[in-house]
Amino acid sequence: MKDGLRRSFSRRSFLKGTVAGLASIAIPVGSSDASIWEAFFQKHFREMNDDEKKAVINRLEEEYARKFNIKFNIKTTRAIPGTLFGYGLDLSRCIGCRRCVYACMRENNQSRDPQVQWITVLRFKKGEKWVNDLEEAEKYYYPEKVPEDGYFYMPVQCQHCENPPCVRACPTQATWKEPDGIVVVDYNWCIGCRYCMAACPYGARRFNWGTPHIRKSEINPETHYLGNRPRYRGIVEKCTFCIQRTRENPGRYPACVEICPVGARKFGNLLDPDSEIRYIIENERVFRLKEDENTNPKFYYFFAT
Amino acid sequence: MLNEIRNFFIVLKEIMKGNKWYYGWLAFLSFFILLGLGAYFQQFNHGLIETAMRDQVSWGLYISNFTFLVGVAAAAVYLVVPAYVYNFKPIKEIVLFGELMAATAIIMCLMFIMVDLGRPERVWHILPIIGAMHFPASLLAWDVVVLNGYLAINVIITFYALYRKAHGKDYNMQIIKPLIIISIPWAISIHTVTAFLYNGLPSRPFWNAAVLAPRFIASALCSGPALMIIIFQIVRKVSRVDIENKAIFKIGELIAYAMGINLFLFIAEFFKEFYSGSIHLAPMEYLYFGLHGHNSMVPWMWTALFFNVTAFLLFLLPKTREHFFTLNLACVLVIIGVYIEKGMGLVVPGFVPGTLGEIYDYTPTMLEKTVTIGIWAAGAMIYTFFLKFAMPIHTGLLRFVSKENSQ
Repeated sequence: MKDGLRRSFSRRSFLKGTVAGLASIAIPVGSSDASIWEAFFQKHFREMNDDEKKAVINRLEEEYARKFNIKFNIKTTRAIPGTLFGYGLDLSRCIGCRRCVYACMRENNQSRDPQVQWITVLRFKKGEKWVNDLEEAEKYYYPEKVPEDGYFYMPVQCQHCENPPCVRACPTQATWKEPDGIVVVDYNWCIGCRYCMAACPYGARRFNWGTPHIRKSEINPETHYLGNRPRYRGIVEKCTFCIQRTRENPGRYPACVEICPVGARKFGNLLDPDSEIRYIIENERVFRLKEDENTNPKFYYFFAT
Repeated sequence: MLNEIRNFFIVLKEIMKGNKWYYGWLAFLSFFILLGLGAYFQQFNHGLIETAMRDQVSWGLYISNFTFLVGVAAAAVYLVVPAYVYNFKPIKEIVLFGELMAATAIIMCLMFIMVDLGRPERVWHILPIIGAMHFPASLLAWDVVVLNGYLAINVIITFYALYRKAHGKDYNMQIIKPLIIISIPWAISIHTVTAFLYNGLPSRPFWNAAVLAPRFIASALCSGPALMIIIFQIVRKVSRVDIENKAIFKIGELIAYAMGINLFLFIAEFFKEFYSGSIHLAPMEYLYFGLHGHNSMVPWMWTALFFNVTAFLLFLLPKTREHFFTLNLACVLVIIGVYIEKGMGLVVPGFVPGTLGEIYDYTPTMLEKTVTIGIWAAGAMIYTFFLKFAMPIHTGLLRFVSKENSQ
């Protein structure tokens, strides 16, 4: 009887191994067979109850820890009531140094190879068309020193539209607008159809064309489920206003705001009349990108000087 | 039930046997299917980085083929209307083969969508109830509904008709008529919804033009029927199915009208963009004249235009339309012309110049082309199998066992 049990057990584990082996072609993270099926059948983030969320977070923390040899903390912090995040960017100050681009990559665990960047800095020749017609924009500029004479710069990232065309486009509801106005993606629900990328007027969405690679020493283990946790091949990602920082209490500024050497980047709560962002909107001449598309971004460009 | 199983094996046997040409054809297709599978396996393991698509041009050859094939599928309506609404006998005889082609085209569409997905194993997320279908907000969700619905309608109609015929009975119009009536607007809807999918994006001015959906329909009614004309001639040759010249010429005439409308809508679009000369002209300029020295699409687009105009004239003049050499030439020209215009010529300029003004020259990689050829070969094989048992049932050579004759 003991023998029979062992035999059936080994046969079962063999079958399990085969199935898991087949499934592992499809599912990159996680090597233990149970977690593969848990990952496959994982529910949409917004349909999970607290216990289910906890189970998913535990599984993901284990997977990431195994992969990167470091203890991960994945938060699921909800939006703080009474907040609606807004961003300000002072074009008269920006020097086009791209420190924000790289600080963002470090903070948000973007793939280094192939390189994924959430912020695009555009360079314009002074006097040329720029506000509506971006055809003269130069994304690939490599001077020895910035700012360059005769040029100015405009960084573009997710504008966190109040009326986001990407959210409307998504066929699986894998991307949505949170109560505090942040547009997020559930990386475990996205099927990678890229319709949102076609819909976005700001070129803000990025696709993981290959398997994302980050060196173990460069990983940031302080993460949020909807933000900077490591991503998978074949899914879409984007700026989340550093949801893992800005939803904390006390909150921290997004990495791009923190790093900016000239203080061109501002961030705050649009619902708080005393916030810096409200001061800027009320006292400076602000505009938003591609206003003709009625996307109503919460990303305000302005000229303070 | 036992009879149904027996009947299934009758069909299976019919598919398995054939002459050396038949096996040669299947071997030829299998070769490309295997190549395509191999290429897809590589893409599956390494990701879509194996394609030439990037963030700037995030859809490419796969979605281009998908768009073209939705048109082919929709074109079955060109046979259904004269056959059932106007009771035009010569076409009624062959409508079945058009419907089978529509079903095949939809299956190919679904394959092209699957290979384009970053995470194909999660495709169930798009379904209602078990997934989180974003209906009615997302046009892609609409597309899932209309395409699968159209596939179901065509499969039910054709298989019902064949099933009855295989039992030596004529099909009951009472049962099938409502489905046929639905299939007409449904055919238009699959192409309209696919057009709206592009059309509804204000961030892409080339697609955001009201003429898009009508032009989609017009060009679909050229390429699909042209493909059918060629296939009907083959069917006529390899089987005893009787296809009258009258039916073929009628379809040719209908293509001429559709192409006339397609060219007119093209002129309307061309005029609006170039005469007004706003910044939204850029994608059109990129297609036909090149933009800032990027002109990889230019020769293709002029070829497509030249082919379409030539084919239009060949279909329009009764003399060339009713001569098989010029008719077939026109069919080939129109298929290539529309394939360029509605494939890459539609998808790529949506992304060039990009929303931030970048110009990215998209040229499909060898892997993308191999996967694409593999899917076309798979489609050809599916249609071959359909024809292999549908033709003898149609001519009365193949019969099923039923309660009466099995006893």
